[in-house]
Amino acid sequence: MAGIFILLFYYFLGTLLSYLTGNFIPGSIFGMLLLFLSLVFHIIKSEQVRSAATFFLNHMMLFFIPLGVGLIASYTLISKYLTAISIASAGSTVLVVAVVGVIAQKMESKHHD
Amino acid sequence: MINLIHSQLFLLTFTIGTYVVAVWLYRRTKLMLLHPLLTSLLVIIVGIKSAGIPYPEYAGATKIIDFLLGVSVVALGYLLYEQMIHMKGNITAMLTSVLVGSVVGIVSVILIARALGADPRVVSSLEPKSITTAIAVTVCQHSGGIPALTAIVVIVVGIFGAVVGPVILRILRIESKLAKGLALGAAAHAVGTARAMELGAVEGAISGLAIGLMGVMTAIMVPVIEVIMKYL
Repeated sequence: MAGIFILLFYYFLGTLLSYLTGNFIPGSIFGMLLLFLSLVFHIIKSEQVRSAATFFLNHMMLFFIPLGVGLIASYTLISKYLTAISIASAGSTVLVVAVVGVIAQKMESKHHD
Repeated sequence: MINLIHSQLFLLTFTIGTYVVAVWLYRRTKLMLLHPLLTSLLVIIVGIKSAGIPYPEYAGATKIIDFLLGVSVVALGYLLYEQMIHMKGNITAMLTSVLVGSVVGIVSVILIARALGADPRVVSSLEPKSITTAIAVTVCQHSGGIPALTAIVVIVVGIFGAVVGPVILRILRIESKLAKGLALGAAAHAVGTARAMELGAVEGAISGLAIGLMGVMTAIMVPVIEVIMKYL
């Protein structure tokens, strides 16, 4: 239960930080970063959140089902732009693979010289 | 009887039950096409449509599940920590390549989708397409996109990237294990990591790390790029 409390508490802290910074970045993302930093700086121990975090991570897929069902509500809009969606996603994915692969290889070999 | 079908208890039981069966089916068959999220969505959509339950009513009844999504995004901070302690050497190479990849991924998808005349809400939904679904959906919701579209696009991009990624890496003569793992994890999240694991243990581990880095960087870069693009 302490683990669940820690996760909720960081979610709250993240949401507060998001609110204070004009909602520029979502609260749960801030919560994730704060939890990460707290673990790095040993403010909390990883054993304290391990079982609760593992539970949520293992069943993450369940948590976006309600949003996914929203597909019914926006089906017309999506099918109208299906070609744009497909081309943009595919093209951009190819670019990401290429850019990350090339830069990582170049920088790594420099590192070894 | 009819009232019972509309109850929160029934809709929650139906949703979680469908998910449990979908996960079981996927583990038994290991077919990519039977991705548990896709099958769950199909069954639930058909189910509530035939029962005549409007989406807002379903969304209201399952709000608690949606709330837990936020908690699981926070839990990703733990995963990130567990992965980071295994990170050694080449930190600059990892951070730089994933950061550039994140920016190129966001900007290119915006430009291509806009050029093809896509609705602004559709464009916002595509921006976080390369990252793990929970963060992607959160980012999309925040920037006024359609979370359902993001969820689907993320899965399809993952499968596409895992299939096409290794081919692109071969064409570009990428030999480095670090580069292969990073590229697959950054472009195709968990599906890419599964593919990277087939290439080797090092590629797999680095790919897992790339999912976390790409997720965090994209979550921060999407709002930044949106502001910049507004003034261009």
